[in-house]
Amino acid sequence: MNLRQYLPSLDSQSHRSADFIAQWIITKIRFMTRARNNASISPGMLRKAPTGIQGLDEITGGGLPEGRPTLICGSAGCGKTLFATEFLVRGAVQFGEPGVFMSFEESGEELTTNVASLGFDLKDIVARKKLVLDQVRVERSEIEETGEYDLEALFIRLAYAIDSVGARRVVLDTLESLFAALPNEAILRAELRRLFGWLKDKGMTAIITAERGSGTLTRHGLEEYVSDCVILLDHRVTDLISTRRLRIVKYRGSTHGTNEYPFLIDESGISVLPITSLGLNHKVSSERVDTGIPGLNMMLGGEGFYRGSSILMSGTAGTGKSSLAAHLVDAACGRGERCIYFAFEESEQQIIRNMRSIGIDLGRWVHRRLLQFSASRPSAFGLEMHLVNMHRHIRQFEPSFVIVDPVTSLLTIGTKMEIQLTLTRLIDFLKTNQITSLFTSLTHGETNLELTEVGLSSLMDTWILLRDIETSRERNRGLYVLKSRGMAHSNQIREFRLTDKRAQLTDVYLGPAGGLLVGAARLAQEAREKAEKRARSIELERKRRDLERKRLALESQIAGLRSQFELETQEISQLIAQEETIDESFNDERTEMALLRKQDAPQSGRKRSANSRKVPGTDGRRSK
Amino acid sequence: MKKTKSKPTTKNSPDAEVWELRLYVAGQTPKSIKAFANLSRICEEQLAGRYKIEVIDLLENPQLASGDQIFAIPTLVRTTPAPIRKIIGDLSNTERTLVGLDVRKVS
Repeated sequence: MNLRQYLPSLDSQSHRSADFIAQWIITKIRFMTRARNNASISPGMLRKAPTGIQGLDEITGGGLPEGRPTLICGSAGCGKTLFATEFLVRGAVQFGEPGVFMSFEESGEELTTNVASLGFDLKDIVARKKLVLDQVRVERSEIEETGEYDLEALFIRLAYAIDSVGARRVVLDTLESLFAALPNEAILRAELRRLFGWLKDKGMTAIITAERGSGTLTRHGLEEYVSDCVILLDHRVTDLISTRRLRIVKYRGSTHGTNEYPFLIDESGISVLPITSLGLNHKVSSERVDTGIPGLNMMLGGEGFYRGSSILMSGTAGTGKSSLAAHLVDAACGRGERCIYFAFEESEQQIIRNMRSIGIDLGRWVHRRLLQFSASRPSAFGLEMHLVNMHRHIRQFEPSFVIVDPVTSLLTIGTKMEIQLTLTRLIDFLKTNQITSLFTSLTHGETNLELTEVGLSSLMDTWILLRDIETSRERNRGLYVLKSRGMAHSNQIREFRLTDKRAQLTDVYLGPAGGLLVGAARLAQEAREKAEKRARSIELERKRRDLERKRLALESQIAGLRSQFELETQEISQLIAQEETIDESFNDERTEMALLRKQDAPQSGRKRSANSRKVPGTDGRRSK
Repeated sequence: MKKTKSKPTTKNSPDAEVWELRLYVAGQTPKSIKAFANLSRICEEQLAGRYKIEVIDLLENPQLASGDQIFAIPTLVRTTPAPIRKIIGDLSNTERTLVGLDVRKVS
């Protein structure tokens, strides 16, 4: 007994979510292990017939059990007939397995008309002998019952139809009509048991549809006979939004996803979610893509984002998330890449007009078919429909860049849990296809800026946070990179301005107190510093001139001194020259005098030196 | 049993409406044989000379099953007089068969 259902509702809610996650993880692991096992499929293993229905083959690990009947049950209008039809049509067209559609409710024409809106041309397939439509009309009023009988005629009709096209697939829609028409339930039940056995013997992969009963899977207990695979379809409305869900109740001999999977019916048939891979094994690119804002590129290691990465841009209202997104779009389109813009708040025209005001013309890219808008109100349809809608657009347009603006709008139509799962699937899909994605997220309040509403951060490779910086009675925009996996990103807060010529990231401006200066404060500080600088340069100039003047003065002084020195030098050398002349003339005089006095000629050096020693004396005498 | 076994026993009441009956069977199963015997007996009793029985063996002509919307074996179909009526089973209950065929008692 599950005790959890007795817990208070709040508790059980959280338990349910926990269960849900656990189940999801288990399913994931199962898929991974199976994917490995599939490579070496042993001959004894259950063979599967692919349905071709988007997503279902992934949940069932390959399709419905081949050669066995499968029961599809659900209440009125949940898509049983369509499911069965798609199984047959895809079998006939894609997998080369012709089929027989035995209807107990609708005529062949009705069926053809009904499924034509989903893109199936039954008439053509019937004409190509790949499908037989046989209606078994059972009118209670026409029939009288007496005595024993069996349903051999049904077998014969079925066998005839199968043989006429070599069918491998059979649909019986809805066998339960027989219960209304035939009063003898004992015979009917015995015959149904025989019918399913017979189908198995013939190796038919069959789908039997049945109406859901109250408290039981089917109104008449058909699940008793068809026990190989039972799929339950459900159509539920919560908060005015209807969601179709599918659950594999049982699948004998095979593992399968056990969750309730949302599914959709649209113009291309049924799509079951998860649509794509559930693994974390996508390829990664080390190619970088330009963001369209040089400053932002610089912040992201100088080169921009990685191709195929997921980018979250969060911020409060009016911080410029959409504008920044437009830059990225413009840059991508400018490189010739295709983009899809999923808008949940503004219309295409409005976005184009608004972005023109900051100098970005997105209209030209739409014109050149590089940009596609898909604008819808979140409440237009359910979360799954949105997801599938996105998938379809992406598959058709094959963009390399996808924007969801803003992802938080989806909160109005689902719980956090649902949105997180939906986005996980979307991001998985995008990453597998190497598509760069940008999600904007509107956060409320200033306190928990670093908490995204839908807990997206772990899914994101790069997270850019935009915020208001409120200083000196004005609000300005600031931008910083909260995280960016695999690159050395800037840790600075940059001021981010929207001008009429695109966004500008101004340089970081720190005020005198070390705080970040933005807006008018930054301008004022800039002006103040400019003035100071000018004053300083004037002062410097003055000082330089002063110095020059001093130098000149000094030089002239030096020149004066030098000329004086030269003057003195000249004087002295003149004096010396004079003295020498006097000296010589004195000597000459002495010699002459000696000659006159008849003194001995100076013959020896000794005498001469003695003579010369007497010179001072003569000198002194002479100076008198 | 042959593919179509007409059994116009007597055709000597030109003014009376001829009842055209088709009995669908699948091979000679006990139920089929019993149904045929019961039908013959009832017709002889109630519609002597005014009936025609056609026996269709679906094993031989499976394509004929969809025309009259046959899904049970044996099935008796009254094609004329209109409207079409069907009786499934081996016709062992004469009363119900007569009600089903809407045969008025011939006095």
